[in-house]
Amino acid sequence: MSNKYEVIIGLEIHAQLATASKMFCGCNNNAEGKSPNSVACPVCMGNPGTLPVINKKALEWTYLFGLALNCEVAPQFNFERKQYFYPDLPKAYQITSQTTPPLIGGHLEIEVDGEKKNFTIEHIHLEEDAGKLIHSGGHSLVDLNRAGTPLMEIVTNPDFRSPLEAKLFMQELQRILRYLGISNADMEKGHLRCDGNISLREFGAEKFGKKVEIKNINSFSSLERALEYEIKRQGELLDSGKGEEIFQETRGWDDAKGKTISQRGKEMAHDYRYFPEPDLPPVVPAEAFDLEGLKKQIPELPSGKRKRYVEDFGIGKTEADILASNIELARFFEEAVGGQQADVVKKIANWVLGDLSGYLNDKGLGIMEIKLPPSNLRDLVLLIEKGDISGKIAKEVFVKMIEGGKSSAQIIEEEGIKQVSDTGELEKIVGDLIAGNQGQVEQYRKDVEANGNSPVLNWFVGQVMKATRGQANPSIVMEILKKLLG
Amino acid sequence: MANLNNLTISKASELLEKKEVSSVELTNYYLERIEKLNPELGAYLSTEKEYALKKARESDERIKSGKRIGILDGIPCSVKDVITTKDIETTAASKILEGYIAPYSATVVRKIEEQGAVILGKNNCDEFAMGSSTENSAYMLAKNPWDLSRVPGGSSGGSAVAVAADLCVFSFGTETGGSIRQPASLCSVVGLKPTYGRNSRYGSIAYGSSLDQIGVFGKCVEDISSVMHVIAGKDSLDSTTVEYPIFNIQYPINTQYPMKDLKIGIPKEYFGEGLDSEVEKIVRDAIDKYKEMGAEIIDISLPNTEYATPCYYLLSMAEASSNLARYDGIKYGKSETDNAKDLIDVYFKTRGKYFGDEQKRKSILGTFELSAGYYDAYYRKAQKARSLVKKDFDDAFEKIDCIMCPVSPFPAFKIGEKKDDPLSMYLADIFTISANLAGICALSIPAGFTQNNLPVGLQIMGPRFDEDKILQIAKAYEEMTQWHTMFPSI
Repeated sequence: MSNKYEVIIGLEIHAQLATASKMFCGCNNNAEGKSPNSVACPVCMGNPGTLPVINKKALEWTYLFGLALNCEVAPQFNFERKQYFYPDLPKAYQITSQTTPPLIGGHLEIEVDGEKKNFTIEHIHLEEDAGKLIHSGGHSLVDLNRAGTPLMEIVTNPDFRSPLEAKLFMQELQRILRYLGISNADMEKGHLRCDGNISLREFGAEKFGKKVEIKNINSFSSLERALEYEIKRQGELLDSGKGEEIFQETRGWDDAKGKTISQRGKEMAHDYRYFPEPDLPPVVPAEAFDLEGLKKQIPELPSGKRKRYVEDFGIGKTEADILASNIELARFFEEAVGGQQADVVKKIANWVLGDLSGYLNDKGLGIMEIKLPPSNLRDLVLLIEKGDISGKIAKEVFVKMIEGGKSSAQIIEEEGIKQVSDTGELEKIVGDLIAGNQGQVEQYRKDVEANGNSPVLNWFVGQVMKATRGQANPSIVMEILKKLLG
Repeated sequence: MANLNNLTISKASELLEKKEVSSVELTNYYLERIEKLNPELGAYLSTEKEYALKKARESDERIKSGKRIGILDGIPCSVKDVITTKDIETTAASKILEGYIAPYSATVVRKIEEQGAVILGKNNCDEFAMGSSTENSAYMLAKNPWDLSRVPGGSSGGSAVAVAADLCVFSFGTETGGSIRQPASLCSVVGLKPTYGRNSRYGSIAYGSSLDQIGVFGKCVEDISSVMHVIAGKDSLDSTTVEYPIFNIQYPINTQYPMKDLKIGIPKEYFGEGLDSEVEKIVRDAIDKYKEMGAEIIDISLPNTEYATPCYYLLSMAEASSNLARYDGIKYGKSETDNAKDLIDVYFKTRGKYFGDEQKRKSILGTFELSAGYYDAYYRKAQKARSLVKKDFDDAFEKIDCIMCPVSPFPAFKIGEKKDDPLSMYLADIFTISANLAGICALSIPAGFTQNNLPVGLQIMGPRFDEDKILQIAKAYEEMTQWHTMFPSI
C-alpha cells in the first residue's frame, strides 16, 4: 500500500464510573463476581411504574472529569431517551444526554514521538449502561446486573493521524480516570471501552473518505491493531481503484483472526427518536454543584507529574513517564522522596523502578497490596548513602522489608549485617591478608609495574569480603588495599 | 350495627373510633356489595378478599389497643389497576400484563397502607389509562351506576364507579388529560387531580409521563383532603416531586374560607360551541351560587385553548409510544414465542396479540412524530404550544383565585356511542387537558343532574400547589348544596 493517504481517526470512548450505586437507582454498582440478575431492582429492570433518580455523584464525577479535560460546562442539560428494542435494554430506551451534552469541547495534550500534540474533544455525556446477553446452548439469557451502571462517553474530534496517536490518547485518558479515582478504567474488564472511527483520504484532499466504525475493541493493543488493519484494508482498496467498496459501516474487530468483519446487514438503520426524559428535571450544574470548588479538587494530572519529576527532581524523562503512568506508584514515589536532594531522589526512583517494580511483577502484585511504608525505602537509600550497608546487602534487606514489614534499621540491627567502614578494623584484616599471601602480593606488584593494574586486587577484595561475611565497605577496602600493597 | 351506607372517611372513622363497627365488618360490607354489584358495574378487575380481611383484622387489633394510626386506619378503599400493589396483580387493564405482580408498591399505596387503609381490590380502567370511557379495558365494561346503558367516563371509570356505587370509601385514580375529573363528573363524586409534583407518581404505570398524576376520588371534599394529607410531599423515588410547604388543609377542613373576596375567572373559551346546553346551565347555576356567597365573577380568556387538544395528543402520544415500548414479551407479562422466527418476531407477535387498538394507535403515531424529520414539526412545536397554554394560566392566576368551568362538554354517553370514533372520544377531554398541560391542580364536584338524571360536575382549577384553596372553595359549595349526598339507586 502506498503512503499517499492521510489517516483520519476519531474515538468514542465509554468509561464506567465506579460510584457506589447505579446511575438511576440505589443498586450496588459493583456486580463483579455476583450471580446474574442479583444486583438489579425494579428500577434498573424496567418494571412498569418505576422512575429514575439521578445519581448525583456520577454527575459530579462527570463534571470533574470534564473540567480536568478543559471542557466547557453547558449551563443546563436534559437527560433524554434514546429508543430502541433489545433485550439487554429493559425500558426499551437508554437514558442518555448525547444530543444535549453536559460538557462541550475540551482538549488533551499528549507527547507523540517526542513531539507535543493537542487532541480535541467534541463533547462528553453521561448515560446508563445496558445489561449483557449471554448466548449458550441455543438460548440467549439476559443479565441485568450491569444495566444502569453510570457510563461516561467521551467523543473526540477526528484529530488522530495514526493508530499510535489514538492508543496514546486512550492510555493517557485511562491514567486521568485513575488519577481522579472515578473509574477502574480496566479495558479487559470493560470498564473502559472504545469504538474507532477511521477514514482515509489523499494528502491534500479536502473531503473526508467514507468513515468506518470499528467496534469490539477491548485492549490498547487491539485498538492499534484494528486501526492498522483498517488502514491496510482501505488503502489497498483505494490503491486498486476500488474505493467504492469502502462503505460507511460498522465493522467488528476479531482479535483472534486479526481482522475487522463487516456487521452491515445486521444493523438496521436506527432512528433513535430522542426526546427529553420527562421523568427527570433539567440539570443546572451551577445550582447543583460548586463548580469552582470542583475545579480545585482536580489533583495534579500525569502530565504535571511528568514535568515536575524531570524539572524538580532531575530524573530522566523515561523514568518520569513510567513513574507517572501509575497513580499509586507515583504516590508511593513522592512519599518516599519526602524532601530529599536530587541525588537521593534519583536513587529512590531507581529503587522504585528497579527492585520494587521487579518484585511486584514477579509476584503479580500491585503496590497497594504490599505493606511497605514509602519512608522505609527512603531510610534504606539513606543508609546506603551513609555507607552503613552495601548495595548488595541492601537488595536482600529490601525484600525482607517488604515481606516482614520491618524497617531497614531493624533488619540490619537484628541480623548484624551493618557494613564495616571502620578503617582501623579493615586495615588490620588487610594487613593480615598481605602477611599471609606474599605470593599474591608479588604477582600484584609485577602486574602493576607492567600494566598499571592487576586482577589480583579483586582477589584481595574478595578475601576481605569473605573475612567480613560481606559486610566490609568495598570502596574503603579498595583504598586500604591500594595503600598497603604500595 | 350502624348504617354503613355511603360512608365518608370521617363518618366511617368516627364509627370505628366509637367501636360501633369494626374494620372487618366494614370490609365485609364492601366485599359483599362488590360481589353482588360488580358483575353488573365492572368497577373492579379483581378483589383481594383475604388480603383485605387480614389488613382489616390488623387494624381492628390497633383500634382495640388504642393505637389507631390515623383517620385512614381501617378504612376500605380501592386502587386503579395502573397503580402497582406489591403482592396483588397489576394489569393496567391490559392483556399484555395479565398475571403481572409488581415487586413493589406505588408510593401512594405504601403511604396509605402505612396509615392502615384497607385495599379491597383493583379498579377497572381503560387499558394503560388510555381512553375516556373505560370501554378500552381489555377485561370488562364498566357501567355508569346512574344509567347502566351509559359509560362512567374514564380512564379511571372503575375508581369513580366504586365510590359512586358505594363499593369502597375512597379510591385512587390517575390522570393524564382528565381521567379523574371526567369520570368524577359523570358519576357525581368528587375527584381531584393534584398539581404535577404534589404527590409521587412512583408506581403509576406511565402513559404520558410529563402529564400523568395520581389523584383521589371521594364522596365529599373533606375525604379528598384527608387522603391528600397522607400522600402529598416529595418522594425520593420521583425526581419530579417537589418539597412544597406542607399541605395546608387541616382536618377537619376549614369551612370558613371567605367567599366574599374570592375572584373567580370564567374562561370564555370553555363555554362555546360543542358544550351541551344542559351542562352549561348546571355549571352556570353553580357559579351563581358563588356569586350569592359574595364572590366576584370575572370573565377571562385563555387564548391558546384551541391549541391545547392537538398539543396534548402530540405530547401524550409521543410519551406513550416510549412508555409502551418496554412491553416486549421478554421480562414480564404475556409473551408470544410460539412460531416466532426471531426476536423481532416475538416483539411483533406479543405486542400485536396483547395490546389493544389504542395502544397500537398511540405507539404508531407517537413513533411517527418523534422520527427524524418530523420531530420539529410535531413534538417540538407541541412543546412550544404547551408553554403558551401554561402561560395563559399563569397570566390568569395573577388576577383571579380560581377558574370555574365545565368538566366534560357532555354528560355520560351511551356505551358504544363513541368507541369506534377515537376523534370524537378525544373531544371528551377538551376542558380537562389544559390543567395537565399546565401542571396545575383541578377538581370536579357534583353540581347537579340533567333532565335524564345524569350527573354533571363543576370544575374548579387553581394555581400550582394551591390544592388547599380549591378544596376549600369546593367545600363552600358543598355546604350550600345537597348534590354530594345523592347516590344512585342500585
